[in-house]
Amino acid sequence: MAVAGVLALQGDFEAHARILRRAGAEAIEVRTAADLDAAYGLIIPGGESTTMLKLLREEDLFEGLRAFGQTRPIFGTCAGAILLAKHVTAPAQVSLGLIDIDVERNAYGRQLDSRIVTIDAPGLDGGKMEAVFIRAPIIRRAGPEVGVLARYQGSPVLVEQGRHMAATFHPELTGDLRVHRYFLEKVEENAAQARPVSVHR
Amino acid sequence: MFLDEQFRLKVGLAEMLKGGVIMDVTNAEQAVIAEKAGAAAVMALERVPADIRKEGGVARMAPISKIREIMSAVSIPVMAKARIGHFMEARVLEALEVDYIDESEVLTPADEEHHIAKRDFKVPFVCGARNLGEALRRIAEGAAMIRTKGEAGSGNIVEAVRHIRTIVKEMKQLTVLGKEELVHEAKNLQAPLELVEWVAEHGKLPVPNFSAGGIATPADAALVMQLGAEAVFVGSGIFKSSDPDARARAIVKAATYYKDPAKLLEASEGLGIGMPGLDVSQLPQSELLQTRGW
Repeated sequence: MAVAGVLALQGDFEAHARILRRAGAEAIEVRTAADLDAAYGLIIPGGESTTMLKLLREEDLFEGLRAFGQTRPIFGTCAGAILLAKHVTAPAQVSLGLIDIDVERNAYGRQLDSRIVTIDAPGLDGGKMEAVFIRAPIIRRAGPEVGVLARYQGSPVLVEQGRHMAATFHPELTGDLRVHRYFLEKVEENAAQARPVSVHR
Repeated sequence: MFLDEQFRLKVGLAEMLKGGVIMDVTNAEQAVIAEKAGAAAVMALERVPADIRKEGGVARMAPISKIREIMSAVSIPVMAKARIGHFMEARVLEALEVDYIDESEVLTPADEEHHIAKRDFKVPFVCGARNLGEALRRIAEGAAMIRTKGEAGSGNIVEAVRHIRTIVKEMKQLTVLGKEELVHEAKNLQAPLELVEWVAEHGKLPVPNFSAGGIATPADAALVMQLGAEAVFVGSGIFKSSDPDARARAIVKAATYYKDPAKLLEASEGLGIGMPGLDVSQLPQSELLQTRGW
């Protein structure tokens, strides 16, 4: 059984943990660098990226996550996608740079512009899926190494680059397990290739 | 069913605030301090509860210019308070596109019998509650987030503790009742059966359950989180303390590491002096804010 961590500094980490368990994985909450040792992959949940960033830096987890991402898969949703991006705008802020995308924060507008829509997800079994966008970012640029698994209004909303994934919407808020299963496949594949590495110093 | 698409979107934003701290601010400068300290959202209001208590008079929705100033100063969600029952203040805030409205007992109620019919709005609402019945009535009206009322502006955690303990205990009790008993409980709680049944089945509210009213220290925040709150609101506790920036950072840390006493100790050091507190049991009934609304 895959053991996936969920970054539990702030945000909807419990929703992710629930979905991971439903998808047959073991989910652990990650609040310190030591917690990462037991995880074979990590989800960075939705929430406020500014809050997570502040805690990551204060608790010396920022470099820990970057090191973790050098060998293990990370999947970020919404705020998590912002943290994984190469460049962040509106306003500019630092990020882990693990996926070659440029992301504009709150790009659809405020809460009144949040929406639930049906999108085409040709990259996943079964195609169409419900996507919940909440004060969501927009991926303005995706590099050549980035695979687009789903788009909405022409922009990529679900992407992958090697072992990492990012979604600008919240698959953890629907009953659809496909996105998490897709990520867990990456986690299992990665775990089969390498032994656990300690990033805790 | 109450969990329609519109309601899921409203609850969705509340989900994103979990584990976070929502801070009361009265201007852009305070909002920036809050955001930099790691606030998950800010609440725009004209005066913090401690000042409302001290100065008296009618407390209304904040001036629009102030809310606008705050909205343009930060990238995190901005909430604003409307008076209980004042659906036109709420309409104005919706037109302004704030991210959440707090129909709040901290402001002077505009209607002593009716709360706002919150379902009719596209903007989500948070409401205060002292017990499960109150929480479920607010959810039935359309609230997508519940917070304890506590006793705002008191700097005293005792009421928030009472309210979160009451709500959690009343939810636990529902989970062991049979179908017929739930009908009877719905009557006692003065809440719709559908919601009572939902809580009995899941053992929790169908919306995020936060805490507010009297949180002044990192340990206060950790206490209510341990008791079942999923995030905290801090009103006067930050900007009425001697070092708002340090205290804001510390409470943010406490909301994340509420199970970790060593981290809480780190968070509790070097904060200067907390806001002055009030003994709630010495307050006359007429000065209690928590008894506003029903």
